[in-house]
Amino acid sequence: MNRTMEGLLYSESHEWVKVEGEIALIGITDFAQNALGDLSYVDMPEVDDEVSQGEEFGAVESVKAASDLISPVSGTVVEINGELEDNPELLNQDAFANWIIKVSISDKVELDALMDAKQYEEFCQNE
Amino acid sequence: MEQLLTTCLYDRHISLNAQMSPFGGFMMPIQYSSITNEHIAVRTRAGMFDVSHMGEMFVSGPDAEKFVNHIFSNDIRGMHPGKVLYGMMLYPQGTVVDDLLVYKEFEAGHFLLVVNASNISKDYDWICSQAEGYDVKVGNASAVWGEIALQGPLAEKLAVEALGLDKVRELGFYTYAEMEWKGDRMIVSRTGYTGEDGFEIYCSHKAICEIWDILLEAGVEPCGLGCRDTLRFEAGLPLYGHELSDTITPVEAGLGMFVKLDKDEFIGKDAVAAQKAAGISRKLVGIELDDKAIPRAGYPVESDGVQVGTVTTGYRSISTDRSVCVAMLDRPFTELGTKVEVRIRKKTFPGTVCRKRFYETHYKK
Repeated sequence: MNRTMEGLLYSESHEWVKVEGEIALIGITDFAQNALGDLSYVDMPEVDDEVSQGEEFGAVESVKAASDLISPVSGTVVEINGELEDNPELLNQDAFANWIIKVSISDKVELDALMDAKQYEEFCQNE
Repeated sequence: MEQLLTTCLYDRHISLNAQMSPFGGFMMPIQYSSITNEHIAVRTRAGMFDVSHMGEMFVSGPDAEKFVNHIFSNDIRGMHPGKVLYGMMLYPQGTVVDDLLVYKEFEAGHFLLVVNASNISKDYDWICSQAEGYDVKVGNASAVWGEIALQGPLAEKLAVEALGLDKVRELGFYTYAEMEWKGDRMIVSRTGYTGEDGFEIYCSHKAICEIWDILLEAGVEPCGLGCRDTLRFEAGLPLYGHELSDTITPVEAGLGMFVKLDKDEFIGKDAVAAQKAAGISRKLVGIELDDKAIPRAGYPVESDGVQVGTVTTGYRSISTDRSVCVAMLDRPFTELGTKVEVRIRKKTFPGTVCRKRFYETHYKK
């Protein structure tokens, strides 16, 4: 079963966002890691790169294919999760415990476009 | 849209919760547990693949040998019954209709051709269209034959102990034996597409289902097409549509040894001979990247910002944990040790041209 986590926001492209003040932690959902299978590489942006809501900011790669990461918010990358460079399988083990990038949010109004856990769960039923 | 076909093992894939996807006109299992687990099972123990989607064509008649040699790039003259040969069918311009196995049957003048699923109807039409003037019968039996590939270091032990096929012990690499499964004709060859020892078992749908169940019970890992691709890629084996196609010649693909230019004649001979004489302008090579980024089919390969080729297949090799690919590169960038760059999304990643076999194969001679 695909888990969701209360308190996070979700995008239709299966990223999650955890808002901590002005910072957004961004990761992929359990549904996404499950659909992708064994992850073997995470392509991440660099600190200070700008990301935009709805735009690609990197990719997660399973054995068989690459899948774009789509940013759920706009802003500036302030940190990347370097642990994923050597251990991309952490996303398979626990997708919600392992954020991929931290972004300084430029426009909090954009968060209204995202789903809460209940809405996302319903969204996944139809995927 | 064309209706997808299913194999005789379809219900078993569903009950094993396989991830299913269309391939070559069939709904096929891509993975059961995970591609990595299944890959490692084949490299270290044994795995089984439903390859019932592959095509089986029987050619027979007084002119069968002459005809097969006319459409096949390898040389079947003097081939012993029970021997299997790899080769290609070529177009007159030297590009590839399909790559296939030819089995010389024990009955004189009978041959079995095993072709790729995605090419079954194209191949059958091609073979029939070339048969004029030859006294041969060509039959497409793809729909009535099922096939399981049992692959891995424990394959022989399992074939003997779980299936009771004692005769496989005597099979050398690229030979086959005629057997029976409860009265149904069964063909078992020591062949495969993984770089490991193993067998390909052809029989009726009913028998293939029984064999699958017995092997599953014996602990053989069910393996999907996902790891079939990672395994064959590491072993340097081509996949039609990637390393071979109707725009790629065997010489460009590094498969010139399977084209016997000393044969009197065969379709594509003149074109291949001319290309060999003139020299090729591009060639398939391996590339090993310095970085962990993963090259994929279709990604450009560059040198000093100029495209010099294209990736045909790429992975993070499960056996070696290196990012590697096979690519069609322009000469002279094909020399071993040449530094090139693979464009992956927005960036380029440096790599070095290497041999296109990334894993040492373990065939039984």
